[in-house]
Amino acid sequence: MSDLKYKIIIGLEIHVQLCTKTKMFCGCALEFAAEPNSRVCPVCLGMPGVLPVMNKKAFEYSVLAALALNCEIASFTKWDRKSYYYPDLPKNYQISQYDLPFSEKGFIEIPLESGESKRIRITRAHLEEDAGKNLHTAGNFSQVDLNRAGTPLLEIVTEPDMNSADEVKALAVELQRIVRYLGVSEADMQKGHMRFEPNINLIITKDGTEYKTPIAEVKNLNSFRALERSIEYEAQRQLDEFLDTGKVMQMGNKSTRGWDDANQMTVLQREKEEAHDYRYFPDPDLLPVEMNDAWLDEIKSRLCELPLQKQIRYVTDYKLSDYDAHVLTAERSTAEFFEQAVSATIEQAFIFGGDPKKICNIITQAGLKLAHEQNCTLSELGFTPENVARLARMVEDGYVNASAANTILEEMTKTDKDPQTIAKDMNLIQKSDAGELEAIVDQVLADNPKAVEDVKSGGKKAKKAQGFLLGQVIQKSKGQANPKIVSQILTKKLS
Amino acid sequence: MSPKIDKAQAKKVAKLSRLDLTENEIEEFSAQLNAVLEYVEKMNELNTDDVQPLAHCLPVSNCFREDIVKESLGTEKTLANAPQTDNEFFKVPKILDDSAAT
Amino acid sequence: MHELTAIQLRDKIKAGEITSTQATKKVLQAIEKHDKIIGAYISVFEKQSLERAAEIDKKIAAGESVGQLAGVPVAVKDNMCTTFGATTCASKILENFHAPYNAAVVQKLLAADAVIVGKTNLDEFAMGSSTENSSLKQTVNPWDTTRVPGGSSGGSSAAVAGRLCMAALGSDTGGSIRQPAGFCGIVGLKPTYGRVSRFGLVAFGSSLDQIGPLALNVEDCALMLNVIAGHDPNDSTSVDEKNAPLCDYLENIDKPVENLKIGIVPQFAAGADKQIQNAINNAVELYKKLGAQIIEIDLPHFEYAIAAYYMVATAEASSNLARYDGVHYGHRTENPNDYIEVYSKSREEGFGKEVKRRIMLGTYALSSGYYDAYYLKALKVRNLIRTDFTNAFEKVDSIITPVTPTTAFKIGEKVDDPLQMYLADMYTISANLAGIPGISLPCGFDDNNLPIGMQILAPAFEEQKLLRIAKMFESKTDYHKKKPAIIES
Ligand SMILES: [Mg+2]
Ligand SMILES: [Zn+2]
Repeated sequence: MSDLKYKIIIGLEIHVQLCTKTKMFCGCALEFAAEPNSRVCPVCLGMPGVLPVMNKKAFEYSVLAALALNCEIASFTKWDRKSYYYPDLPKNYQISQYDLPFSEKGFIEIPLESGESKRIRITRAHLEEDAGKNLHTAGNFSQVDLNRAGTPLLEIVTEPDMNSADEVKALAVELQRIVRYLGVSEADMQKGHMRFEPNINLIITKDGTEYKTPIAEVKNLNSFRALERSIEYEAQRQLDEFLDTGKVMQMGNKSTRGWDDANQMTVLQREKEEAHDYRYFPDPDLLPVEMNDAWLDEIKSRLCELPLQKQIRYVTDYKLSDYDAHVLTAERSTAEFFEQAVSATIEQAFIFGGDPKKICNIITQAGLKLAHEQNCTLSELGFTPENVARLARMVEDGYVNASAANTILEEMTKTDKDPQTIAKDMNLIQKSDAGELEAIVDQVLADNPKAVEDVKSGGKKAKKAQGFLLGQVIQKSKGQANPKIVSQILTKKLS
Repeated sequence: MSPKIDKAQAKKVAKLSRLDLTENEIEEFSAQLNAVLEYVEKMNELNTDDVQPLAHCLPVSNCFREDIVKESLGTEKTLANAPQTDNEFFKVPKILDDSAAT
Repeated sequence: MHELTAIQLRDKIKAGEITSTQATKKVLQAIEKHDKIIGAYISVFEKQSLERAAEIDKKIAAGESVGQLAGVPVAVKDNMCTTFGATTCASKILENFHAPYNAAVVQKLLAADAVIVGKTNLDEFAMGSSTENSSLKQTVNPWDTTRVPGGSSGGSSAAVAGRLCMAALGSDTGGSIRQPAGFCGIVGLKPTYGRVSRFGLVAFGSSLDQIGPLALNVEDCALMLNVIAGHDPNDSTSVDEKNAPLCDYLENIDKPVENLKIGIVPQFAAGADKQIQNAINNAVELYKKLGAQIIEIDLPHFEYAIAAYYMVATAEASSNLARYDGVHYGHRTENPNDYIEVYSKSREEGFGKEVKRRIMLGTYALSSGYYDAYYLKALKVRNLIRTDFTNAFEKVDSIITPVTPTTAFKIGEKVDDPLQMYLADMYTISANLAGIPGISLPCGFDDNNLPIGMQILAPAFEEQKLLRIAKMFESKTDYHKKKPAIIES
């Protein structure tokens, strides 16, 4: 057996659809699943005589995203035409940016399993218009829908800094969080708002010699799952191919492969990097954009704390687990709600802000479930962050238990009553009265002599038996007994 | 002097231009284009190493529109001039190589 | 009516001395009678223009206010989009194309209460200098029907010269307004790039194209410019009025420019026919008599203009014309074998020779391996040419040149030698590369009784001064008043 090791090298080309109201160069509305060819005007139909005019918001959204990706913003940028013939491209050129993109040289920090983060370099980000859609369903014909033609796209190109499917997935998720936080894209992969095209190859070390396999670019990935799977598949395929044929990277032997989701495999589309001659040249119909400090500062002021920064802060400041911090920061609206609850100042004297950990539990265990069921954000559920803070404090104080808190939260979506009132009305307040609880404990001890025996014997079974007795007491109290107090009584009585 | 553009090259350019030129046209055009290109090479008499390319003759920049929706044409008018449609889509002979670039 | 200018007719219509309906009828009758020979029009809107004329007459009769072109019959070149009639660009590929929108200039003509009687012939996609490249019809020169009217705005020029409209719009990418104006003995103005919206003008060379008027005299040109100039939010390259304020181009038009300095370029004389040289010299002499100072200037990169122009213009054209592919509108080949043939056969069948030639040239100039040597080099030379003008205009107010090296040539004389045809644009092309305004006006006739044109160039956005300088000459001469014999027949 020869000595063989390999490393996967992955770079990404990413297209992010910006969520402006209108297209990049005309006033047609951006609307998913509109009637075919209904959101089209002479400009995006590329009719004779039409001229493009830049959507200012699309440009500013792009700059905002690039700033969040730590890119340098060019003080001068221009528009170029990229020529190729395709039925979904009405002018047979795409307005894009070639040699002077609006931003370059950034990076994105991605969280790794280990809890560390890794820096992936971004080569450039530029703005361009999307093409329409060709559909291949109708017999001998293809159908062309131009509703999407002219949609603003932010194209982001990374350096080949990723080395596993997990890292690529982490980048994709992180980028999705970022653009959603900034409000510049809906970033829904199924709807094609985010399209990832990985460039994959391997560096194989065999018998002390290094070999590089030809790069494959994979297209047609419509989910995070497909993105991950395609990389795993490609790595294996390239390794097998190398062992089989010994084929290594050469000028121009980059291939394009499409992801076949049904068969979970990549399929060869183009063997060679076709000698595309895009004939880029500056678009004479559009003026360059000059960015001055005042404008850049104004856009910078729209930046917010980014998800990964928030996540790290939650772990250090609030002692949340990585997992909880990640769940809370997945969406900006959730994080904002959480932060409002944490910093809520309540008039009532007994509470000046809830315990972040308890607030987190209520939000992640009950709040997000409700939001998901009702297909809305936390703040749209109808309760205030202040009342969630109150509820957390009630849990913390043992006033209600965790499962009662979930019931109360659900009730809070239906009424304006505060959580204390709801707890009283629904009879969910924990019994902490020692006398009342002692009576129940005595009853339980009398009913379960075997368990009492186990505890008293102090053997291996003691801990389990005490837990069992505690459970019996809680059950008998219909869940209202304060477990802390019950536990104290039990210990006292059994010692 | 070797021609700036020979017949083979003219054919390549015709393909890039999506023009299904006849053999006669290839012949005629390559000769004519050659004459023009030879004339154009006059520009090489000038040293332009320190000259900026001028794409726009007026020094203006930053022309934008606001992100405000305007009425579209609607499907019927969009398709009105199309050679072939099914009243919803433009129609073309089936595209087999789905390899658009974006 | 043959004796009236557009302004005079407008004033008579406004005063109720003549109705727009009468004027429009007269023009339609003239078209009926002479356009069989002249061939200026691709479409004539008989019914529609009479309806419009009647509307305007009604407004006037009701005492309502009317626009600057109240009731005046005008024509537009058929490369400007109109919701009425077809917009063909004189190409088979767009023969049946009906635009769903009006070009900005068409909208402005309508807002000024003009009556658009028809759309005029041109070299296909404005590519040419003789209108022989029209795929739809032949236009002849009203002064000599065996000769070309010039191009590419040959239809508009012939229509104005033949009194088949009172004024017309043309477009000028390398001389396409000024050259046919010169050949047809009328006045044609190419405004500064960015002065008039290009929205709705079918693009040829986007960084060079500019719409402008063709008219019987300088004042009518000024009137037309008043109507069409101004910023358009739909055209990013149309200039903001803050940076280039608009003015009433008719105001002070009769006022001679004081301390006028006119530049002449000695090296230009050599290129033109003797009779043209003489006419230009006489014109310069006249300015001298009017008090102008004549200064010899140097445009050192002038001789490279044609080379740079044909690279820039064709590169842009190859891209602008990529959209004519038989998919979304326009001609589609019958029975294509696959979708690629929809492109290559539709384009092969739909475009004429000159258009194909230029698409080939432009594609070549932009293609990988040739971009730097041809296209990029041309942009650099373009910069040098613009700088030449900037330097020249520090010394002079305007520059006088011939419009063309010859007067109107015979139909068929140059069609087989594109390079010779291109070289004839030598005097007009550099204004497009530099973006500056230029006017062409009649300054004599040759032995064949063919008009000779004089070109005056001015710095960017100095149209007002340019028109005043032109008017100084026109007011002392009668060349613009001569009419071709055909219209008296
Ligand atoms: Mg792209
Ligand atoms: Zn549109």
